[in-house]
Amino acid sequence: MSGSPGKRIVAGVPSLWLLVLFAIPFLIVLKISFSEVRLAMPPYSPLLENGRLQPHLSNYAFLFTDPLYVRSLLYSLKVAAVSTLLCILIGYPMAYAIARSGATARNALLMMIVLPFWTSFLLRVYAWMGLLKNDGVVNNVLMYLGLIHRPLVLLNTDFAVYIGIVYSYLPFMILPLYANLEKHDVTLLEAAADLGAHPFAVFRRITLPLSLPGIAAGSLLVFIPAVGEYIIPSLLGRSDQLMIGRVLSDEFFENRDWPVASAVAILMLLLLVVPIMLLQRVERRTLEAAK
Amino acid sequence: MSSAARPQSEECYVRIAGVSKRFGDFMAVDEVSLDVRRGEIFCLLGGSGSGKTTLLRMLAGFETPSAGTIHIDGQDMSAVPPYQRPVNMMFQSYALFPHMTVEKNVAFGLEQENLDRTQIRRRVGEMLEIVKMGAFTARKPHQLSGGQRQRVALARALVKRPKLLLLDEPLAALDRKLREHTQFELLNIQKQLGVTFMVVTHDQEEAMTLATRMGVMNHGKIVQVGTPADIYESPATRFVADFIGSVNLFEGEVLEGMPAGVRSSELGAVTPVARGVAVTSGATAWVALRPEKIRIGKAPPQADEPGVRGRVTEVAYLGDLSVYLVRIESGRVLRVTRPNVIRAPEDRIAGGEEVYLSWHASSALVLTQ
Repeated sequence: MSGSPGKRIVAGVPSLWLLVLFAIPFLIVLKISFSEVRLAMPPYSPLLENGRLQPHLSNYAFLFTDPLYVRSLLYSLKVAAVSTLLCILIGYPMAYAIARSGATARNALLMMIVLPFWTSFLLRVYAWMGLLKNDGVVNNVLMYLGLIHRPLVLLNTDFAVYIGIVYSYLPFMILPLYANLEKHDVTLLEAAADLGAHPFAVFRRITLPLSLPGIAAGSLLVFIPAVGEYIIPSLLGRSDQLMIGRVLSDEFFENRDWPVASAVAILMLLLLVVPIMLLQRVERRTLEAAK
Repeated sequence: MSSAARPQSEECYVRIAGVSKRFGDFMAVDEVSLDVRRGEIFCLLGGSGSGKTTLLRMLAGFETPSAGTIHIDGQDMSAVPPYQRPVNMMFQSYALFPHMTVEKNVAFGLEQENLDRTQIRRRVGEMLEIVKMGAFTARKPHQLSGGQRQRVALARALVKRPKLLLLDEPLAALDRKLREHTQFELLNIQKQLGVTFMVVTHDQEEAMTLATRMGVMNHGKIVQVGTPADIYESPATRFVADFIGSVNLFEGEVLEGMPAGVRSSELGAVTPVARGVAVTSGATAWVALRPEKIRIGKAPPQADEPGVRGRVTEVAYLGDLSVYLVRIESGRVLRVTRPNVIRAPEDRIAGGEEVYLSWHASSALVLTQ
C-alpha cells in the first residue's frame, strides 16, 4: 500500500481487524489441529515440546477413517447446495420484481425483506418448530381442511432443514441480486426486443448473464454459512444425520477433543476456499467489463 | 408552401395517421400525421419534450399510441410487438450488450431468426466491413471508443435489413470533429443500402445535413414538414423560424393594398406580403429577417431596397464571419452576420459606428402565426 497517510490508515484499519480477529485465531486453530488430546489445561499437547517441533497428523487421518466426518461433510454440502439453489429459484423473481417496481413500492418491499431481522434468529427458528410439529399449525390446518387425516411428519426431516435455511438466508440472496438487477440498463432489454428477441430470449441472453455476479455473490452468502449451519439443523433437522457444524461443536464441547474439532474446522475452511475463489474470478471479470 | 409542387407519385412507406400519446395528463404526441417515403432520410427535429422521441418509440413498438394508427409498408403495426416489427433502432446510448463481443452484438439479431451459423457469420462480417469495424470483431464494447461503438450500434441495427431504421440522436454522443465525419458516412451507408431512415434529433445542423425531408415538432405536434431548404427559407411559423437558425422578428400590422404589406413600427419599414400568404388587413403579423440576409455598410444602400439606419452596439468576430448587434431607431437590436471574405477589409465596422442595414425585398418574410 503506497500513497498518502490517509490512504494507509483507511486500508490499515480493516487489515488490522482481519489480522487480529481472523488471521491470528486461524493460526491458533491450525496449531491445535496438529496436536494431541491431553487431559490438561488447555486440553491438547503443545506443538513445541522439549525444544522440538512435534506436529501430529493423526487428527486429519482420523477424519478420513471414521465415516462420520466425511458423511456429515458431504451431507452439509448437499444441504447447502440444495438450499442455495432453492434460494436462487425463489429469490431471483422476488429481486427482479423489486428492482422493476416503482420507487415507493420498492422501498416498502425492501423493508419487508429486511424486517424479519428485527426478531431474534433463534426465535424465528423456534417458531418454525411450532409450525411444523405434529400438532403444529401446518398439520392442524391441513387436517381441519380435510386434506390429510393423520399428521404429516414435517419436523426433524430434511424438508424442515431446507425450509429453515431457505427462510433464514433468503434475504442474503435477494439483496445482492437486487443490487445487481437494479443497475441494469433497461434500454438493453429494449434493444434486444428490437432485434427480434422474445421476452424469454431477452431474459436468457441479456438479463441472466448480466446478473451472474449478483447470483454468485448471493450464492456465496447463502452457501458458506449454510454449510456450517448449526442451529437450524439442530432444532429442525434429523438426529440420525448430523451436519458438520453440529459435529464440530459436539467434538469441541461434548468430547472435549479440541485437536479433532480444529482439524474439522480447517478441513471445512479448505473446502469453502474453492467457491470463494470462483466468486472472485467472476467479480474480477465484471470489474474489467465495467471499466 | 413549395412542398405542394412536389410530385405526389413517390411511394408512402411509413404512414402515421392521427397518432397521439398521452402520459397521464401530459399529451406527449398530439394527433400527428406524417408520411415517410421509401429510401428517404426523414429527420424529426424538436427540443426536449417536443414528443419526437415518443413518436420514434411508438414506431419501434416500445410505446402504444393512445389514438391513431401506424402503417409500415402497408402493414398495420398496432398489434405487432417490438420483436416482430420490420424496424430496427439505433439507440442514443447505443445500448450495446456489454457482455458480448462486437461480433456477438451484431449477430444477436440474426440469431433470433434462427439462421444457420455460416450465413450469420457472413452477414455479420459484411456489415462490419461496411461500417469499417472488421478489425475489431473480438473486442468488447468497453474496449471501444465512442465513434467505434456508434459504428457497431449502426451495424447491429442494419444487419437485419430492416424496412425502416430508427436513429435516436445518432451523433449526439460524438465530439464535433467526429460528428461531421460520421454524418457524411451515415449518408453514404444509407445510399449504399437504400434503407429508409427516420432520425430524431435536437441538433438542427445534424438534421439539415442528413435529411431529405424533415419535420419540426413542438409541444407534441408537427409544426412543419419540408426539405431543409423549405424550412429554413420559408418557415411556416415564428417558432420554426426561431428554432431553425436565428432570426430577427418584428411585430406589425397588416395594411390593405395590392399587394398587401405589413407595417412594423419596431422595424420602421413596410414589408410587402409575398404571394400565397393569406392575411387579413388590420391583423397582427410578424416580419422575419435572417441575420445573414441583412447587408450592413457605412454607405447608404441603393434607393429601391428596404432598409433602416442604426448604431453598432456589439461586434463578435468568429473567424469565418462576424456578428454585429445593431440598435435601430425604434430601439430594437438586430442581429446581422457578415462573412469575412477579405482578410483586412477597408470598411471594417467597429462598435459604436453609425451603419445602414438593407435587404432584398424578398428576404423579409411575413409570418401570420
